[in-house]
Amino acid sequence: MDNYILKLYITGRTLRTERAIFTLQRLCDENLKERYELLIIDVLEKPHLAEMDKVLATPTLIRELPLPRRRIIGDLSDTQKVLSALGLDTDSAGEIV
Amino acid sequence: MTINKLPTGISGLDHITNGGLPRSRITLVSGSSGSAKTVFACQFLAEGIRQAGENGVFVTFEESPEDIRLNMAGLGWDIRQWEDEGRWLFVDASHQTDDETVMMGDYDLGALLARVQNAVQIIGAQRIAMDSLGALLTRLDNSATVRGELFRIASAIKEMDVTAVMTSERADEYGEIARYNVEEFVADNVVILRNVLEDEKRRRTIEILKFRGTSHAKGEYPFTIVPGQGIVVIPLSAIELKQKSSNTRITSGNSELDLMCGGGFFRDSIVLVSGATGTGKTLMATSFLAGGTTNNERCLLFAFEESRDQLFRNAIGWGVDFEQMEREGLLRVVCVYPETAGLEDHLIRMRETIDEFRPNRVAIDSLSAMERVSTIRGFREFVIGLTSFIKLREIAGLYTSTTPSLLGGTSITEGHISTITDSIILLRYVEIFGEMHRGLAVLKMRGSMHDKNIRKFTIDERGMHIGNPFRNISGILSGNFMYVAPNELDRMQDLFQDDTPLSL
Repeated sequence: MDNYILKLYITGRTLRTERAIFTLQRLCDENLKERYELLIIDVLEKPHLAEMDKVLATPTLIRELPLPRRRIIGDLSDTQKVLSALGLDTDSAGEIV
Repeated sequence: MTINKLPTGISGLDHITNGGLPRSRITLVSGSSGSAKTVFACQFLAEGIRQAGENGVFVTFEESPEDIRLNMAGLGWDIRQWEDEGRWLFVDASHQTDDETVMMGDYDLGALLARVQNAVQIIGAQRIAMDSLGALLTRLDNSATVRGELFRIASAIKEMDVTAVMTSERADEYGEIARYNVEEFVADNVVILRNVLEDEKRRRTIEILKFRGTSHAKGEYPFTIVPGQGIVVIPLSAIELKQKSSNTRITSGNSELDLMCGGGFFRDSIVLVSGATGTGKTLMATSFLAGGTTNNERCLLFAFEESRDQLFRNAIGWGVDFEQMEREGLLRVVCVYPETAGLEDHLIRMRETIDEFRPNRVAIDSLSAMERVSTIRGFREFVIGLTSFIKLREIAGLYTSTTPSLLGGTSITEGHISTITDSIILLRYVEIFGEMHRGLAVLKMRGSMHDKNIRKFTIDERGMHIGNPFRNISGILSGNFMYVAPNELDRMQDLFQDDTPLSL
């Protein structure tokens, strides 16, 4: 099983942000248990990281590993789509919707 | 509160914007593809760095920073060096092709704004260029979100106290301002760049469409892109207004012509010499230059028709030694073939040459040659641009213009430039009983009396000699000659005063 490295870029602690963090945390706990690492980066505090990763929009979730690198832009409210985009959907593994 | 302006440093632009772009605002620069939007955006920063000591942040949504560095190197701008000196900083928001991207749900452009703010802070930027909005919008699918976010970015720019330029695409040269309908949210100020095909020739123009709450010049102004300089706007009406006028007379190089003009040309006037091929236009230009150098004035000749050798040989034939004049540093002869460049480029180079040589007199032989490579409108703008520049420098100018027909007639050129010049001298062939003579008339002499006769002249190895008026012939200017019988002439002489021979 692959290990996951995920980065979530957010702008400040807004309602949308909190919801995205909550959703993502839950999905990871349910599907990845001990084999994931999640970094939450606030662009207001660390703009240079956003610069390095060339992030425009928030929230942006970057799946660093497993490769290929993948970006998911949006508030992550549709959990089925998020799982599919992360490659955790057993029915359509790795498919991009 | 009045709106301050930030001088851009882009040549000519600060004239037509009445002082620059509105400070601490976003100005939208909209144009079709190939209209030099990216050059404009880069130059806005480059001039800030080079002229005003103002640092700049370049936000690119389209080309990669590497492509921009490379493309702008062609214009002579070393962006890499400015980056090393901490005066230019890229925010690379170009499309990252190596990542797969999925869009889902709501988002904002908080990261972009944070990066821009961060970049501005790092180098203490006073200018921001964003290129281009279209490239950003095509990547983001939710235009309602983008609209709100652009508004937020615009507000943030006002707060940061930086002046910004944002480029945007438009589909038609004369259609809607921009393609996506979101631009109006950010754009209190709109500049339009055009690249229009007119009579098979490309013509670039710039127009200030609106500046909210502050003034600017109206209408389209031609511009060109010069290596090492970038965009150079040619402000036509803007410089016309500053002309002074002088009452000092200078010699035309021909004492008889001086008399006809009421004592010579004015020091900062423009004289148009019009005539068919072979009537003596080049001779008149040559005398004009020779007359200047004998008074120790610096003279410049732009020749568009003849080669250097040919000009020097002609001059010697009339007793004028161009080579000697050049050795003394009083003359410069610049031979240019009109086809080698567009009119705007010719104009820029001529202006540069004039500023470098600083002549007292400029002759152009012939101006009508430039008509070949331009549209009528472009030609008129060229003449206006050149004339106002020459007048601004308080230089005496002489243009020659070739008429298309041998007898009588005028050219389109004259129709377009005669109102711009201060004086007009006509050289015409006159046929008298199967023999060709040459006639000269001073048609117009702004601010002075002048001889109203059409006088016969001859050319020999010492130049031009002006003699008595034609008396028994009429219709010279139109080319439809009418002979007046001697007895009729006698009768008319009783009616009017005698011929007035030129006294020297």
